Amino acid sequence: MTSPADVANPLLFFFMVITLFPLGLGPDPARLATLAPGVLWVVALLASLMVSAKLFASDFEDGSLEQLALAPYPLAVTALAEVSAHWLATGFLLALVSPIFGVMLGLPEEGLLTLLVSLLLGTVCLTLIGALGSALTVNIRRGGLLLSLLIIPLNVPVLIFGTTAVREAVLGGNPESWLALLGGLALGSVVVVPLAIGAALRVSLDS
Amino acid sequence: MLLEATQVAIERGDRRLLSGVDLSVTAGEIWQLVGANGVGKTSLLRGLAGVARLGVTGEIRHATAVLYMGHASALKLGLSAVDNLRWHPAGDVTTSAGQICEALSAVNLAGYEYRPVGALSAGQQRRVALARLLLSDAPLWLLDEPFTALDVAGCEWLEACVRGHVNGGGATVFTSHQPSRFGALQQDLDLGQYAV
Amino acid sequence: MWTFIHKLGSPPWFFGFSGTLVRWLLPITVTLLLVGAIWGLLVAPPDFRQGNSYRIIYIHVPAAVVALAGYYVMAFAGAVSLIWRIKMADVTMRAAAPVGAVLTAIALVTGAIWGKPTWGTWWVWDARITSMLILLFLYLGVVALFEAYENKTAAARACAVLSLVGMVNIPIIYKSVDWWYSLHQPASIKFTGESAIDSSMLYPLLLMIVAFYCLFTVTLLLNMRAELVWTHRESGWLKQLVGGS
Repeated sequence: MTSPADVANPLLFFFMVITLFPLGLGPDPARLATLAPGVLWVVALLASLMVSAKLFASDFEDGSLEQLALAPYPLAVTALAEVSAHWLATGFLLALVSPIFGVMLGLPEEGLLTLLVSLLLGTVCLTLIGALGSALTVNIRRGGLLLSLLIIPLNVPVLIFGTTAVREAVLGGNPESWLALLGGLALGSVVVVPLAIGAALRVSLDS
Repeated sequence: MLLEATQVAIERGDRRLLSGVDLSVTAGEIWQLVGANGVGKTSLLRGLAGVARLGVTGEIRHATAVLYMGHASALKLGLSAVDNLRWHPAGDVTTSAGQICEALSAVNLAGYEYRPVGALSAGQQRRVALARLLLSDAPLWLLDEPFTALDVAGCEWLEACVRGHVNGGGATVFTSHQPSRFGALQQDLDLGQYAV
Repeated sequence: MWTFIHKLGSPPWFFGFSGTLVRWLLPITVTLLLVGAIWGLLVAPPDFRQGNSYRIIYIHVPAAVVALAGYYVMAFAGAVSLIWRIKMADVTMRAAAPVGAVLTAIALVTGAIWGKPTWGTWWVWDARITSMLILLFLYLGVVALFEAYENKTAAARACAVLSLVGMVNIPIIYKSVDWWYSLHQPASIKFTGESAIDSSMLYPLLLMIVAFYCLFTVTLLLNMRAELVWTHRESGWLKQLVGGS
């Protein structure tokens, strides 16, 4: 991930799709505001899905993965390092700019900070799960659609916790408990998912 | 003994490609894996290197560090040759820019050090990858089709490089479709006899 | 015990053993299904609120229960295959996925049919039905991933990894969907009464659940045997078996 386009594309995608919603649903601010938490989160999920498909593709094609497999440390560690770098360039930035899009969709101000925090935590899970999907399908031709089938169901809890946190914040409820759940999920994912990614990369190297 | 493989079998999916392969490589030896297309040369080399594990049974022991080069060059096209060579998965090897430039001029790429590798030709990219041989201190080299995409001069350079490595106490196992590049210095392992 | 597990790992032995098992289990399953169906559909009293339409739970609930259990069977087989590299575990996992997917689909379709008289619409984003839908996606993911790999040994390992991650995730998915539903639940479709189910309705339900477990086992075994016949079509032991009978 060195080219600026790789960093800009998911943000641009986020921006474009967000633009589509007022066009499709009408400009009524009240209606947009009620839909905003869900829309923002679903689009973030799709953006993450889109970029994670290619996470290990170039490493696999140019043979870097073979070299990483020979490295003296386990593949899970390599995977965690690579996913972290990827997250910084995609999920992290996406979360940082999300309040701007929140404002565009008329999300009340009380929800903006929660949106940012929920996406910071949530994109950790999304990126890890996406990386797992990429590792499983990297050696498969036409793996793109398959990847969505594999990772969308696994992302359901992240989506629910994330949107609920934002909604609670908007309604003046208690977003902290949902953010805590999201944080727990992120922490658990950081521990468990790299192991699965390592095993999946092994399978892809072997097939 | 740099590599000891006993009764190695290679499977792909439900199909067994090779079985009962024995190979022991000591310092100063050059081994060429010989066999028809699809017999499993690459699969065996990957198994020997430890890149592939599934479908590889039997005992494979390395006494030392291994340098493996596959069909793909493991180069990032957006990065310069120097940046590419600075990164090495073995990790503990620290190479200075001076050493890297020296290696690059040895493979006849002086002047290309800081260009993106993607801008180089296929043969030149291969040379960048081969410069890794000069920067590694692994005694055992496992090279998959190292002569592909190289011109005559490049092939000669690689031959000399392998000879030097072997004379210095290293060993090389490689695959190639061209027979007997190293003459009396090399030994052939014909995989046809192990094919299932 | 260990020799038994060791024997289970051997395809010829498993083929013989599963043949005997199916011969016994198949009639038992059919009997249980028949008795359960007649009891549930004809003998059990109608529900005072839903009338006779509630009777579809005698298919819906067992299918849903066993579909979920089937995922755990699949993931457990996947774990065994990853850790001990037993080929029969691969076969089990591969055979369980389509069976589980079909059961999940049955639960979804019967849920929709039940929804029409109960809620007035075919599809309601009810917590249980939504969870079932996600479970169906999880199953389909495993099936599709398996089909996408050409190297079937690698396919089995990839599916094992996926189903293990799915297994860890399933309780979280179910819990999160539950919370999601309870937050959004409109008052009009609140539906209680399941907890206070009368024993005259409960016993046939329990019987049907047992019957579906048997059905799952029989289908799984038959599927595994078909799989074995295909992968070992060139092997000596199978030819001997076919030639001998």
